[in-house]
Amino acid sequence: MNTKVILEKKQFDITIDRLCFELIEKHGDFSNTAIVGLQPRGIYLSRRIYKRISEILNSKKVLYGELDIAFYRDDYRRGNEQIVPSEMNISFAVQDKNIVVIDDVLYTGRTIRSALDALTDFGRPNKVELLVLVDRRYSRHLPIQPDYTGISVDTRANDKVKVEWKENAKNDLVHILTN
Amino acid sequence: MSKKFSQPHLLGIKDITRDDIELVFETADNFKAIINRPIKKVPSLRDVTVANIFFENSTRTRISFELAQKRLSADIVNLTASSSSVSKGETLIDTVNNILAMKVDMVVMRHPAPGACQFLAKHVDAQIINAGDGTHEHPTQALLDAYSIREKLGDVKGKKIVIVGDITHSRVALSNIYCLKKLGAEVMVCGPTTLIPKHIESIGVKVEHDLMKALNWCDVANMLRIQLERQDIKYFPSLREYSMLYGLNKERLDKLNKEIVIMHPGPINRGVEITSDVADSAHSIILDQVENGVATRMAVMYLLAGQKG
Repeated sequence: MNTKVILEKKQFDITIDRLCFELIEKHGDFSNTAIVGLQPRGIYLSRRIYKRISEILNSKKVLYGELDIAFYRDDYRRGNEQIVPSEMNISFAVQDKNIVVIDDVLYTGRTIRSALDALTDFGRPNKVELLVLVDRRYSRHLPIQPDYTGISVDTRANDKVKVEWKENAKNDLVHILTN
Repeated sequence: MSKKFSQPHLLGIKDITRDDIELVFETADNFKAIINRPIKKVPSLRDVTVANIFFENSTRTRISFELAQKRLSADIVNLTASSSSVSKGETLIDTVNNILAMKVDMVVMRHPAPGACQFLAKHVDAQIINAGDGTHEHPTQALLDAYSIREKLGDVKGKKIVIVGDITHSRVALSNIYCLKKLGAEVMVCGPTTLIPKHIESIGVKVEHDLMKALNWCDVANMLRIQLERQDIKYFPSLREYSMLYGLNKERLDKLNKEIVIMHPGPINRGVEITSDVADSAHSIILDQVENGVATRMAVMYLLAGQKG
């Protein structure tokens, strides 16, 4: 098992900063935009981005939520793992908002498809965009592409992309595990 | 993320672990949020078909299961004994196997015979959920009761719960005792001697025959209905006398120097085990129990269905 670090420390922070500025460039003061992180692993990135954007805009009014897609997955009853739901917290009206969905790694696109289903059960958003830290290119099962990307990588199907966060591991780190 | 429900069926609380109960509660929290949204449905059980087979009357449990199934997007068929071929003499296994031949994955059954669900689980190839078997167990009721206590008081552990009434004929009482004990609560049963099984202390509950003493001891009082349909002989002189000695009314509550939570699994016989003013008071969580019933049953079916593909 080989491991290759593709993003760490300073570069990691710069990437997140860049993503925040890209968002602000597009969404201005976030008056009609909400940030939605995907449970369970996307929330570390979304919390970071929410915090940074609030700092940059010096605003406490940025809308933020966390979405759990467990009940919307298309592989329920098809794998061996029991899919255990995580907490869902969408405390604003999704209707007519611009929503930025945030996850750590974009791979097959199935998670995002489920998230779109889950999100529309809260209302009809005006627009939904996707932000990911790592985009695993050429591996999609569905026609889904990110609007904002931290880093793009080319990987093989049996590689694993792992994102570690200060909050749940020691350091901020993205690495690829290859067999 | 590797949490898993330990049993393929839900036959009784006796068979499941504390971790299972906690897992149901955590999952139910999510479903409770969902059923309070404008769109109360999730697509999780799209490919699951459930048969609800009721050999005994039921309002709450049947509707609660049915709503839970609909909110999980499962397909459902309902069968009640009186309108089926059971009245023509078909056996239980034949009835159920015929239903399963039509590609049904899960069976929710209520039956007057204790152990009917265990029997079925051994002999048919489907996941069985016990919705009450005679005087034996009613596991989903116990789960929703404990969930409601947890919601109202923060935790079940260390709380004192008294179950008042017809303990002998009550499946709710037995399942509740198992469930509350597994979660670390103290449990007392209270009622006339004739309605409390001998040796019930052996499963770790206290016994009290004086309602006022029991109420003074407890944090939560779960009032049970007198199950006249299961009583072949007279266990007490009259309902009026029972009500005078074991009915919960405002005077009794006013005499306590504390507030207690009032529960009832329904259906209520107003004026017998509980008076209207108490049943409808702010201390009563009877309707919360009903609401939580849908969320906990969704959790149970979600977790069970997740085991099979």
